[in-house]
Amino acid sequence: MAEADTHQRSLGRQAAKLALYALGMFGFGFLLVPLYDVFCEVTGLNGKTGGKYQYEQAQASVDESRAVTMQFTANNNAAMPWEVRPMQHQVTFHPGELVQVTFYARNPTGQRMVAQAVPSVVPFKSADYLHKTECFCFTQQILDAGEAVEMPLIFFVDRALPADVSKMTLSYTLFDVTQNFAAKGKALSAN
Amino acid sequence: MATGHGHDDHHHGPAKGITRWLYTTNHKDIGTMYLVFSLAMFLLGGTFALVIRAELFQPGLQFVTPNFFNQMTTMHGLVMVFGAVMPAFVGLANWMIPMMIGAPDMALPRMNNWSFWILPFAFLMLSSTLFMDSGAPNFGWTFYAPLSTTYAPSSVTFFIFAVHMMGVSSIMGSINIIATIQNLRAPGMTYMKMPLFVWTWLITAYLLLAVMPVLAGVVTMMLFDIHFGTSFFSAAGGGDPVLFQHVFWFFGHPEVYIMILPAFGVVSEIVSTFSRKRLFGYDSMVYATSSIAFLSFIVWAHHMFTTGMPLAGELFFMYATMLIAVPTGVKVFNWIATMFKGSISFETPMLFAIAFVVLFTMGGFTGLMLAISPADFQYQDTYFVVAHFHYVLVPGAVFSIMAATYYWLPKWTGNMYDENLGRLHFWLSFIGINVLFFPQHFLGLAGMPRRIPDYALQFADFNMLSSIGAFIFGFSQLLFVFIVIKAARGGKKATAEVWDGSHGLEWTVPSPAPYHTFSTPPVIK
Amino acid sequence: MLPTIKKTVNKLWSGVALTLLAALPALGLAAPQMNMTQGVTDISRDTYGLHMTIIWVCVAIAVIVYGVLVFSLIKYRKSKGAVPATFYHSTKAEIVWTLIPFIILIAMAIPATQVLTATYDTSDAKLDVLITGYQWRWQYRYLSGDGQEVVFFSNLSTPQEQIDNKAEKGEHYLLEVDEPLVIPVHTKVRFLLTAADVIHSWWVPAFAIKKDAIPGFVNEAWVNVNEPGIYRGQCAELCGQQHGFMPIVVKVVEQAEFDAWLAEKQAAAAAIAELTSREWTQEQLIAEGQTTYNTFCVACHQPTGLGLPPAFPALSGSPVATGPIEKHIDVVLHGRAGTAMAAYGALLNPIQLAGVITFERNALGSNRVGDMVTPAEILQAQQAAQ
Repeated sequence: MAEADTHQRSLGRQAAKLALYALGMFGFGFLLVPLYDVFCEVTGLNGKTGGKYQYEQAQASVDESRAVTMQFTANNNAAMPWEVRPMQHQVTFHPGELVQVTFYARNPTGQRMVAQAVPSVVPFKSADYLHKTECFCFTQQILDAGEAVEMPLIFFVDRALPADVSKMTLSYTLFDVTQNFAAKGKALSAN
Repeated sequence: MATGHGHDDHHHGPAKGITRWLYTTNHKDIGTMYLVFSLAMFLLGGTFALVIRAELFQPGLQFVTPNFFNQMTTMHGLVMVFGAVMPAFVGLANWMIPMMIGAPDMALPRMNNWSFWILPFAFLMLSSTLFMDSGAPNFGWTFYAPLSTTYAPSSVTFFIFAVHMMGVSSIMGSINIIATIQNLRAPGMTYMKMPLFVWTWLITAYLLLAVMPVLAGVVTMMLFDIHFGTSFFSAAGGGDPVLFQHVFWFFGHPEVYIMILPAFGVVSEIVSTFSRKRLFGYDSMVYATSSIAFLSFIVWAHHMFTTGMPLAGELFFMYATMLIAVPTGVKVFNWIATMFKGSISFETPMLFAIAFVVLFTMGGFTGLMLAISPADFQYQDTYFVVAHFHYVLVPGAVFSIMAATYYWLPKWTGNMYDENLGRLHFWLSFIGINVLFFPQHFLGLAGMPRRIPDYALQFADFNMLSSIGAFIFGFSQLLFVFIVIKAARGGKKATAEVWDGSHGLEWTVPSPAPYHTFSTPPVIK
Repeated sequence: MLPTIKKTVNKLWSGVALTLLAALPALGLAAPQMNMTQGVTDISRDTYGLHMTIIWVCVAIAVIVYGVLVFSLIKYRKSKGAVPATFYHSTKAEIVWTLIPFIILIAMAIPATQVLTATYDTSDAKLDVLITGYQWRWQYRYLSGDGQEVVFFSNLSTPQEQIDNKAEKGEHYLLEVDEPLVIPVHTKVRFLLTAADVIHSWWVPAFAIKKDAIPGFVNEAWVNVNEPGIYRGQCAELCGQQHGFMPIVVKVVEQAEFDAWLAEKQAAAAAIAELTSREWTQEQLIAEGQTTYNTFCVACHQPTGLGLPPAFPALSGSPVATGPIEKHIDVVLHGRAGTAMAAYGALLNPIQLAGVITFERNALGSNRVGDMVTPAEILQAQQAAQ
């Protein structure tokens, strides 16, 4: 009988171990989220671009021997009523050169609204070489009813950009995040 | 089914009435419940499929709205995958694994009871969404975000909880199976002496344990996105809808093998029995199964070739996917080598097993084609894919379950099933399935996308043909139900060995198998 | 019993075959397409080549594998007195049938890699088109350096009566649109793909392009068509109830014709401004609005205006469509956050907007409010500070 008890206990232990393993895999599912972000950043998957970048003169000497064209587009997600467009549709520059462009946005509704711009760049293999030192996509944009704004974007393209890339497209999609913003308890009342 | 036996007098028999089934911890009772449940789900999911095929019989909208059509495709997939195929294999595992390894029962009998009884409630909850105002889930069984989050009907929450319950049930079931196989083998039953069905289930259980929690994770993220303002899958908050697909298919691809590996085990047993010859290349079968299981973790993104991956990723997943053909080929070659120079007879289980080898291989060929990434751009999300995975799952997984049922039914009930009716059922199913799914290859190649309720006129002929096949196949399954009930109620008594080429421990106990078997472990030489 | 079954089986087979043959002339169709199209681009031809190669490889393997299987089933039957052999292992055979498939796979992987690499080379395109998937239509935007962009929606143009089997179905049933994408022949065109709501997938079989359009992100594809013509495709990713009803039509024309078409589109865009400011009567607006409603609104709000509650509310008798017109204009222009109602202010021109609002208030379902809004007023509302 004592033998059977030990046996039952060891079965219980194994079951617990296996359950722990399952729990670990549940955690692994969530771990895939940051892993994916790292993976995207390394490979430029989905044309995700990095965050704010410090422009250092030393590393960013300009490569005058070649020119790159950057094309801009701006789109609204379906329920987003803002007018949004790039004020320059494309610019041509040298790798390493600091470039500034502006986007225009206007909130035509009668409410104060919050927007988040999501950038995406193609070709994907160029995403890693686009460095933005200033972008309206770094923060959420808040516009009062009827308010318009010109939003700056300052960037440069790394000299190491693959030689076969001569044209890139940087696209912004505007999402309405007013409800999320309000839900997080931030003040949205006009001031 | 299995009732008490006089010669087994030191054990009590089953309790009487409904409580027998509610409180039972007996692996045979629980196995029976799993099998009956999965048969019920098979008929329910089949009904959904017939609604789909009825609508697609002719171009134009005849019977259902596009939204309801999407609910049907979604529910059909969910019910068949999680309600029919997976529980059927768990039922077979419950019945057969203890008997095959000489164990008195499953290692954790009370948990066994739990893992079954969760299932009916999960599916009750899922099916109840059909009667809600918002309608059932309509975003496909793959439930891609944001269609399944921001744009989902409100019933999505019920769907998420149902998936959680199915996951818990599967995880408990696989813990039990692993604990049983690793601890309760009879003396002398070494790993490399285990029947192949036990081997394939051991590997399947580990797959389940690894990926069902990931599925639970992905639906939990959905739940948070929908109700708690997170942005796992929404670009607006820094998330990414493509992430959903990566996590889903990290679960989804091993899931495909979860549904086919036990089938490999079943077919290996049956082919060997009815060829009256030992299984060819047992060792390589075990290694091939393990390799397939391993590869299943590194090929998931071949479901996502059109999402726009970097070239290197696309190439990696293409090569890895093509590699799966090697171990899968080994299995097919081994089955044929088992039949080669055997002494073959064609009882119903063998007919289903041969059809499995032929038609699963068809699914394998189209799978190889789909692996070729540039060609996949043309196949992806068309009826070609529908034909491919149905060839793998219906004449693959489902035929193997039917083969297993006919093979072991005499052991379960003590009675032989009606062989003539069994063969009729086989031929109707075989013809039905090919008329149903073979034309879908042509439809896909000609350009018909999947999950559409209406189609252009050039697709009309093959759709009509496919629908005719669907109704032949669907209604022949009523014959299957009849055959099983008939055998359960009586018929020619079966011997302990049942088949003259049978081998293995389950054939050393009387038919029907007594309520308790191997209370004293047998010794394997 | 067995011969009877065989007879039954044969009967069934011939029944199925007869039904199929009978169905052909009844539907007035020739033999249907059964294989992948060769398409009209170099890539699509290469893809077709890969497809045929792999098919023949599979056929060759199938002949051998099924051949041995059928041979075994016939030769080694118990009923013919076959005695089982006792072998169960052969290292040599197992190594052979592991290695041979491996070699075949490598031979297949090489051309596949070449074709795939080519599809990724989007450089040096002469024309860029941004394709945006909406529930349930495609929007095409011709990008240009100077901002002179041509943008339009491409909607299913098959009448609802054909779908409901109340009218005879046309030749291009479900594969026809009001305005096709137009591109020049022998020119490398780059497509940028994105979506405004859920994931869609842009697929034209003749180009061998299928690429997902993902909300928030941009994907790339390219095409260089060798033959002018009209090519048709469909959305290939489940995107909601009208997924089956968002076709793609691409008209490939000579460069000169393309230039003329583009100039005409640019002129038409300029003309809208003029049309907006002219006088409109309620009847004209209702007529204009009926077309817009049937294209953009009917899938959710239904021809009756009764909607499909609870997801898609009724307009007939609704507080918005029969109450103060300002609220009605606000909802149509700016959408409703958190619902499927998009902000049409940014998608349609003032004439379409004024038309559809006037139509919804006066001619949809039981609505007979009697008022109207002019395109000029819409423009004013859009430009107003508040």
